[in-house]
Amino acid sequence: MFDLVSFIPRAVAQGIPLLFGSTGEIITEKSGNLNLGIPGVMYVGAISGVIGSFMYEHSFADPTQMNAVLAVLIPLVCCLLGSLLMGLLYCFLTVTLRANQNVTGLAMTTFGVGFGNFFGGSLIKLTGAEVPSIALSATSRLFRTTLPFADSTGWFGKVFLSFGFLAYLAIIIALVAAFVLNRTRVGLHLRAVGEDPATADAAGIDITRYKYITTCLGCMIAGLGGLYYVMDYANGVWSNDAFGDRGWLAIALVIFTIWHPEVSIPASILFGGLYIIYLYIPTGTNLAVKELYKMLPYVVTIVVLVFSSLRNKRENQPPESLGLPYFREDR
Amino acid sequence: MIHIAKRKEMPLPQALAIRLGAIVAALVACGVITAIATGLNPVDVYAAMVKGAFGTPRKVWILLQELAILLCVSLALTPAFRMRFWNLGGEGQILVGGLAAASCMIILGNRLPNALLIPLMFVSSACAGALWALLPALFKARWNTNETLFTLMMNYVATQLVAFFVIVWEVPKGSGNIGIINQSTEAGWLPQVGGYKYLLNILLVAILTVIMHIYLAYSKHGYEISVVGESPNTARYVGIKVEKVIVRTLLLSGAICGFAGLLLVGGTAHTITTTIAGGRGFTAVMVAWLAKFNPITMVASSLLLVFMSCGAGEISTAFGLNHSFGDILTGIILFFIIGCEFFITYRIVFSKKEGERDV
Repeated sequence: MFDLVSFIPRAVAQGIPLLFGSTGEIITEKSGNLNLGIPGVMYVGAISGVIGSFMYEHSFADPTQMNAVLAVLIPLVCCLLGSLLMGLLYCFLTVTLRANQNVTGLAMTTFGVGFGNFFGGSLIKLTGAEVPSIALSATSRLFRTTLPFADSTGWFGKVFLSFGFLAYLAIIIALVAAFVLNRTRVGLHLRAVGEDPATADAAGIDITRYKYITTCLGCMIAGLGGLYYVMDYANGVWSNDAFGDRGWLAIALVIFTIWHPEVSIPASILFGGLYIIYLYIPTGTNLAVKELYKMLPYVVTIVVLVFSSLRNKRENQPPESLGLPYFREDR
Repeated sequence: MIHIAKRKEMPLPQALAIRLGAIVAALVACGVITAIATGLNPVDVYAAMVKGAFGTPRKVWILLQELAILLCVSLALTPAFRMRFWNLGGEGQILVGGLAAASCMIILGNRLPNALLIPLMFVSSACAGALWALLPALFKARWNTNETLFTLMMNYVATQLVAFFVIVWEVPKGSGNIGIINQSTEAGWLPQVGGYKYLLNILLVAILTVIMHIYLAYSKHGYEISVVGESPNTARYVGIKVEKVIVRTLLLSGAICGFAGLLLVGGTAHTITTTIAGGRGFTAVMVAWLAKFNPITMVASSLLLVFMSCGAGEISTAFGLNHSFGDILTGIILFFIIGCEFFITYRIVFSKKEGERDV
C-alpha cells in the first residue's frame, strides 16, 4: 500500500533544498549568467552555517543554554555571507573580467565541494574540540521546530505543518521571486538584461549592477538550500559528500520549470518525490531496478528540455544571452 | 577615466608570462590561505605536494597514468568545444564506454580469445560513448536544444545505468560492487607493454594527442569545426552543412570519451563502479579551456591539475588533513588563471581626461 501521508512530507523535505537551489539559479539565469557553480555554492552555504553554529554551540558547556535567537541567526548569517562571497567571486570573474561562465562555474563547484568536505572533515581537528563528529543537535532542534498543531491535526498537520521554518521560507522566497520577475519594473529590467543586454544597455539599464545583484542574491538563496539540508534534513549532522548531486538536480529543475520560480514549488516537491520514489515502489528482491528508478528525475528533465525546444514557444526558451559575457564594444 | 578595449593579439611570450604570473600569485594566495586555515608552514605543504607527485618512480607512473586519462578526456571534449558545443557530458560518456568494455569482459570474457575480445571492446566502448553524445548532438543540430544542460543530465542517466548493472553483475551477491573482472584469466585486460602496467595507456594517449592536433589544425574537418564555432551563419554561407558537422564532431567526441572509459576499465581498474570517471568529465572541461583548446598545450594544463590532485593525496597523509584540501587549492589556482585571461584579451586604458579617449 502506497503510504501517501508518509511519502509527501519526505518528498517535501527532499524538495526544499532543490527549491532553494532552483529559485536562486532561476533569477541568476534571468540575468544571463549560467552559474554552474550552484552545487559548490550550496556546499559552501551549508558548511559556513555549520562552522558558525559549531563555534557558537561549543562556546557553551551545555548547548541547551544557548540563546535560541542567536543560535538560529548565527548559522543563517554565516551561510548567507559564505554564499555571498561565492556569488561575488563568480560575478567578479564573469562580469567584470568577462571569463567563460561554464569554466568559472565548474571551478567554483570544484572549489566549493572541496571547501565543504575539507572543513566538514577537519573542523574538529582544527578547532581542537573533543567530539567524535559534527552533530549540532541543539541547533538542529531549533531549525526543526514545527508549527504548533503539527502533531494534533492528524494527516493535515503531517502534510502541511510538520516542517521547519526554512521550508516555508523557501516557498515564500520562490513566490516573491516570481512576483518580482513578472510584475515589477525591476523584474522587467532584469529580464531585459538576460534577453538582450545590448538593448537593455541602450535603454539605460546598468547591466553590471543587475548581473551582480541578482547573481549574488541567487547564490545566497541557493546557499540556504545547503543550510536547510544540514540543519533540518540531516538533523545537524555533517557528513562529507552527503549532499550529493542535489545541486545539479537544482539546475535541472530550472529547465524543468522553464524559468518560473512559482512552478518550481510543486516541481521541486515532485523531484524530491522522484528522488526517493524507489523506496516506495515495491520491487521485491530485485534491488537493481531501484537504481533505474533513480534515473527518473534526470530523464524527466531531458524530456522537458527537448519538448520545450521542439515547441519553440518564445516564452518558454532560455534567456537569449544565457552564458554569454557582455562587452559593450563587442557588437 | 578607465576604459577597457580589446587587444589585437598578444605575443605568445607575453601571454605566457601573464599566465605564469597568475600561477605564481595563485600559489602565494594558496600559501597564505593554507597558513591561516591550518596553521601549517605553506612551504612544507608545497614540498609535500611535490614529493607526493614525483617522490618515487611508482608515484611518477601513477601521475603519468592519471595525466594520460585526463588528457584523453580533454582531447575528446576539445573538438566539441572548438565548435562552441559545451559537452559537459564527458563523465557520462566515459561511464557508458567503461560499461560497454566491462560488459564485453564479463559476457564474452571466457568465450573469445583476447585478440578478438580487445578489438571488440574498443569498438563497443567507442560506440557507447558516441551514442551518449549523439543524442544531445542530434537535438542541438535539429532543434537547437541547449546542449550544456542536456549533456549534464546524460551524466546522471549514465551513472544510474552503471549502478543498475553493478547490482546485476555484483560478485558476491549483495556486496554492491563487481570486484576485479576475470582476475584468473585476465581476459579482456589490455596487454602490458614492456612490463610496465601503465605504459600502454600513456602511449595510446600520446599518439591520440598528435592525431588530434593534426586533425584540428590541418584537416578539412578541423577547419569546418573552427568555422562553425566562430559563426554558424558564415559556415552556412560558405556551404558547410552545420548540422552534419555538429553530429559528426560529437560522435568523435563521445567515441574518444568512451575510449577513455575503456582505458580505465580494461587498462587499469579491471572493474567498473559508478565513480570510475572520478569527475574527469568536468575537470577536463577546465583543462581544455586552460589550454585554449590546443591539444599540445593541453599536456601542460592537465599536468598542472593532475599534479594538484596527486599532491593533495600526499598532503592528506602527511599532515592528517582531509584530502579535499587539494580541491580548494585547485579551485584557487583556477580562479587566478581564469581571471588572468582578461588581461590577455583586453587592455585597460587610463585616459587623462574624461572625453579624451584614445581609440
